[in-house]
Amino acid sequence: MEKDCEVEVVMMYDKFEKNVEGVFFLKGKDFTNAGTASSELKTILGEIGINQSIIRRAAIAAFEAEMNVIIYTPAGMMHYSVTPEILKVVVEDMGPGIEDIELAMTEGYSTAPDYIREMGFGSGMGLPNIKKNTDEMKITSSPGEGTTLEFVINLKKE
Amino acid sequence: MMINEIKETLQAETLTGMPYTDFDIKGAYSADLMSDVLAFCNSELLLITALTNAQVIRTAEFADIRVIIFVQGKRPDIDAVALSEEKGILLLATRLPMFEVCGRLYGKGLRS
Repeated sequence: MEKDCEVEVVMMYDKFEKNVEGVFFLKGKDFTNAGTASSELKTILGEIGINQSIIRRAAIAAFEAEMNVIIYTPAGMMHYSVTPEILKVVVEDMGPGIEDIELAMTEGYSTAPDYIREMGFGSGMGLPNIKKNTDEMKITSSPGEGTTLEFVINLKKE
Repeated sequence: MMINEIKETLQAETLTGMPYTDFDIKGAYSADLMSDVLAFCNSELLLITALTNAQVIRTAEFADIRVIIFVQGKRPDIDAVALSEEKGILLLATRLPMFEVCGRLYGKGLRS
């Protein structure tokens, strides 16, 4: 019995020290499954044992990024990696790209069509909201090509 | 404000099937824009909305909202209710309009 306990402790230690990473595939216009990737990420972060308020920030940022892919692009993927220091999420999509990133970062600016607004999104808060909830955010895009959004949340803070 | 008092004040019914024991809600936030909820709503609040799609449930999940009340007699579909039950989010529904719901709860001392 005692030995079992020792094994358990070692496993937990490993779980925390090792990097955890994975990828989710996102399908554009699939509103039925919108949010499932962020939901799974939230569960994984909970299992790792990350602080609740950090998980909330991560889940909100991931969900906004996921919704952007679902709303605006044909497809994309969300890659996440967790180290003891940081959570890094990279969301890549297949286009159409963002023409003016600075403008897209403005609170209230949105190019979303009406049916998206009727769903409660496209109020122009998505990208600013991701920035607000993360410690680093980088976005690269060119029209006609895809957009890559990257954000980092420090896990050692708080 | 306790959940049962909120239900009584708004003549609201429960849509989710999971059992719950009455608990205290610290405040409320009302919006139909889910990005606003994600940006401005603190965790553990009551969400008052007229929007009934699955994204509302997802929003509540990520913003750590435990109770949603749908106003004006609107009701989410069965899939949204099932998702809510899976995530442990309590759903209530009232026939009262948004303004009336906010006014009554504010009058009872609930704040944002």
